[in-house]
Amino acid sequence: MKQEVIMAGFGGQGVMSMGMLLAYAGMMEGKEVSWMPSYGPEMRGGTANCTVIVSDKRIASPITPSPDTSIVMNLPSLDKFSSMIKPGGVLIINSSLIEKDTNRTDIEVIKVPCNEIANELGNSRVANMVALGAYLQKTGILPLESIVKAMKKVFAGKEHLIPLNETALQRGAAVVK
Amino acid sequence: MGERILMKGNEAIGEAAIKAGCKYFFGYPITPQNELPEYMSRRLPKEDGVFLQAESEVAAINMVYGAAGSGARVMTSSSSPGISLKMEGISYIAGAELPCVIVNIVRGGPGLGGIQPAQSDYFQATKGGAHGDYRLVVLAPSSIQEAVDLVQEAFEIADFYRNPVMVLGDGMIGQMMEPVEFRAPQKRDLQPKDWATDGCKGRKPNVINSLWLQPEKLEEHNWKLFKKYEEIKKNEVKYETIQMEDAEFALVAYGTTSRICFSALETLRAEGYKVGLIRPITIWPFPEAAINQAADQVKGFLAVEMSTGQMVEDVRLSVEGKAPVHFYGRTGGMVPSPNEIVDQVKAVLGGGK
Repeated sequence: MKQEVIMAGFGGQGVMSMGMLLAYAGMMEGKEVSWMPSYGPEMRGGTANCTVIVSDKRIASPITPSPDTSIVMNLPSLDKFSSMIKPGGVLIINSSLIEKDTNRTDIEVIKVPCNEIANELGNSRVANMVALGAYLQKTGILPLESIVKAMKKVFAGKEHLIPLNETALQRGAAVVK
Repeated sequence: MGERILMKGNEAIGEAAIKAGCKYFFGYPITPQNELPEYMSRRLPKEDGVFLQAESEVAAINMVYGAAGSGARVMTSSSSPGISLKMEGISYIAGAELPCVIVNIVRGGPGLGGIQPAQSDYFQATKGGAHGDYRLVVLAPSSIQEAVDLVQEAFEIADFYRNPVMVLGDGMIGQMMEPVEFRAPQKRDLQPKDWATDGCKGRKPNVINSLWLQPEKLEEHNWKLFKKYEEIKKNEVKYETIQMEDAEFALVAYGTTSRICFSALETLRAEGYKVGLIRPITIWPFPEAAINQAADQVKGFLAVEMSTGQMVEDVRLSVEGKAPVHFYGRTGGMVPSPNEIVDQVKAVLGGGK
């Protein structure tokens, strides 16, 4: 089993922390993981992305020219990352902010209104967890609970945020079910 | 076994240094290694150590010179242009035979270059980027776990030989997160630092200097250093081979590029190409013998680097003309993709498996 995913969006949409949680959870489940961020002269409102690989085996390259999945949270990310996805792969689109469609016909496209769901839950900042929930449900790579376990580590001192984030994961997963 | 934790390369290198007994860190900020001094600034005061942001790289390396001279375990880190500024001090430290660890998280050059990953400081690290007949031991990790292990070992090597050791990463090693486990480092049988300038009450003063005005004396010193370097070459070579047993063609790469080569190797193997990988872990001393031996077995080599071709020269020297050595590189902060390497191998082999 090996899953390569690129997560991309505006700075501030939580794509880096979404990737970190996935990597953390994978590690806690005993998998090999890597998390590689884009870095550079990036700023608030600019685009950010990270590549996460979760695998049963030693991870070769921590970056990939053709991920199994891309999660795109904003329009520039759709333009940049939808063309890279492996044929047969998955594209998760944040349909709250992206109206455009992809012209790829050889991949599965899942539209998730991440911001709308997050707003329903009362906090637009959990849009990333909605997307992550959809990703986990679609790929089955890790159970939702493992992300919640990772949150307990990553959100140390901010445990009160966990229930809301957990609900966001579940709502995202429900979109795929 | 310790707990596996997820850490960014720069931070993991910092923690590894502290676990190895590093008490002093002097540095100056530069991307893409800033998380390392930042981490040290947080952690060292809690370990009764000192973190100091110097006014420049030149100051920082001379603070390292001073701390190393007093017998402390000390580290500095920077990225390419900053390492160039440190070169004078590094030569002095090598000349005065002091132990320290220098981390270079390489970015594209020359000049200010860029901030994305590169391997274009190979010449500077391994061929003496500063003046004089000196060598650094240069360790090139390809994962965060290996960075942790090698940083800890770097302090032991530095103390054992009284020589500066460089850990050569790149922007990817610095920025990436992977699980790491801090294992107890292998301790060497180290002599007491009776040469240190740590107060001479009750004994003769120690002098630490790199000035030898008598050419006879300086030559003597140079040959002494040379012998030490020969000893290091004999004892400290480290490399990994992957699927070389039946290989008919060998990739040679170090650091993160070796992992991209590993991806390419998996693709090529799946298509029936008998390709192996030789990954130098020490790039000085270079695994000359391993590559020379492989030259009797394979039809050719492809060196892959994030530069326009630096390590490839050492591969050619090691092969001694026994097999053709090809090169593929991306540079300036561009990272080669596995597919590019697959295509290169196929092009070299002309489709013949």
